[in-house]
Amino acid sequence: MISFLTSLINGLSLGSIYAIIAIGYTMVYGIAKMLNFAHGDVIMVGAYVAFSVITTLTLPTGVGILASIVGCMLLGMTIEKVAYKPLRHATSSLAVLITAIGVSYFLQNMALLIFGSNPKMFTSIVPFAWQRIQIGDFMIQTISVICIIVSIVLVALLQTFINKTRPGQAMLACAQDRGAASLMGISVDKTISLTFAIGSAMAGIAGVLLCSAYPTLSPYTGSMPGIKAFVAAVFGGIGSIPGAMIGGLLLGIIEILGKTYISSQLSDAIVFSVLIIVLLVKPTGLMGKVIQEKV
Amino acid sequence: MKQVKSISRTSRDNIGTVLMIVAIYVLVQILNGAGLINNQMRGLLVPLCVYATMAVSLNLVVGILGELSLGHAGFMCVGAFASSFFSKLFAETMPVFPRFLLAILIGGIVAGIFGFLIGIPVLRLNGDYLAIVTLAFGEIIKNIMNVLYVGRDANGLHFSIKDQMALGMLPDGEMIINGPQGISGTPNDSNFTIGFLILLVATVIVLNLINSREGRAIMSIRDNHIAAGSVGIPITKYKMLAFTMSAVIAGCAGALYSHNLASLMATPARFGYNMSILFLVFVVLGGIGSTRGSIIAAIVLTLIPELLRFMNDYRMLIYSIVLIVMMIVNWNPKSRAWIQAHFGRKKNNEAGKEGR
Repeated sequence: MISFLTSLINGLSLGSIYAIIAIGYTMVYGIAKMLNFAHGDVIMVGAYVAFSVITTLTLPTGVGILASIVGCMLLGMTIEKVAYKPLRHATSSLAVLITAIGVSYFLQNMALLIFGSNPKMFTSIVPFAWQRIQIGDFMIQTISVICIIVSIVLVALLQTFINKTRPGQAMLACAQDRGAASLMGISVDKTISLTFAIGSAMAGIAGVLLCSAYPTLSPYTGSMPGIKAFVAAVFGGIGSIPGAMIGGLLLGIIEILGKTYISSQLSDAIVFSVLIIVLLVKPTGLMGKVIQEKV
Repeated sequence: MKQVKSISRTSRDNIGTVLMIVAIYVLVQILNGAGLINNQMRGLLVPLCVYATMAVSLNLVVGILGELSLGHAGFMCVGAFASSFFSKLFAETMPVFPRFLLAILIGGIVAGIFGFLIGIPVLRLNGDYLAIVTLAFGEIIKNIMNVLYVGRDANGLHFSIKDQMALGMLPDGEMIINGPQGISGTPNDSNFTIGFLILLVATVIVLNLINSREGRAIMSIRDNHIAAGSVGIPITKYKMLAFTMSAVIAGCAGALYSHNLASLMATPARFGYNMSILFLVFVVLGGIGSTRGSIIAAIVLTLIPELLRFMNDYRMLIYSIVLIVMMIVNWNPKSRAWIQAHFGRKKNNEAGKEGR
């Protein structure tokens, strides 16, 4: 029972990191209608920025986190401007997908050139990350708790931002109908730019958390969590923020429980099988909207 | 009259594609005979055929059927393991040529069976959901290959998904598939000529399919599946046909691939989603739906990193920039119109494509 609870908490902690990444995916998908495959690599860049500031420049942790968030924000906006905007009206939606893959290669190889292929040991942002909190027989790591709290706070902030502020409302409008939104005086360009900024800032936070929980950092750190988060976003119904949150958490829990109780080698297969089953029962994900097709 | 002319142009296009492949083959053979191809490039010839065949295969799903598949490396993986397994079993008992031929067929058939089974659930979904499920299947296949243990001894074959010990083999037993170590010692049967023949056959089959009744049905589903269904085209049947066919070709490419490797392991670098995405890059860059374009893109994109080898560390960086720039130039509506106005042949089917 105790070991089950411990796995559950570990799963929740991993899941909350997936959730933060998945929200970035889902926001961009909802508004720009594209799969941003470079999102996973933005996580990696965020982690490297934090690493450089904290370990190499020996600045305080807070500065590192801030630098990572701001850096990712700027990176996300630049990527959107340079690589995705020229293809917004392309005839095939695959074109921008491939460009995103190109951006992903670019970021990985840039990191490879600057930092080399040797994995770096990431100093955790939390000085006592590995200290355990003990309640009776039940022990959890501080970093797990921090991941969970951060993700809940972020989702709450994001939901308030989207539902209560004007730029947030503009995002919702763009997600529904871009043409109509621009007729209402919303600047679609600015809104998409803002979406990328927020999504990438969250990727930066996710990068710092991910590398604090799993402290090795290499140019390919971001790609697998990126794919998993993409799966999580689809799992919860792509385009829906609460869906991404739930999808991420479930994915993390399934992964850790699968690793503990079924087979550590087959954990990826288990995660993907659950996804397939969910999509077969509910083809638009857990919270996805069913779009009625019109002739 | 117009109808007749347009049909003859399609077949002229198709013959052009086939001739292009033959010309490339002859050119490479001449260069090779003249000693102009260094060892490094020679090592690349079989993978080139594999990638080009994969591009033809994926083009059938993405370009003709119009569904995004992100798991094609999975079918290649199945074909590679099935054929290597067969070749290892009969390594001593069969002569090289029929064994390799059978291995390719087995690779194709097993991958086709997987394609069919996976197609049943997958093709019920559409759009990005279909893409993610194919990605999931690709990863599952890779993952299972990594935990599969098969051995052979005097009592026959033993299977396990736990470890080598669980097989309970006699001491003289021989491992065939050894979990993460995969299959080692597959006979090295692949060569450029066989690769060329596989590519040629795959291309001819796909081109013929596209220009048949079935192919037109498949394309009508791509262009508007509601309209296609309402005129009585069995959508599921044709979707399955294209998907399975594509898997068969991918399996044959996998057989070619595995018989070119000393040890076959289901590593992410070989059969992961990155590979599937690479094949997708070939198809999209070559012009979605164009078999010839896919082949050219596969060759060019495989050669670019090699030709950039003198740039050392910068080559993949340059490759990614080239990819982004090519995509933007190729697909940005403004630059497309500019290219069309300055270099383009007048194509009357362009208007129809734009409309969907």
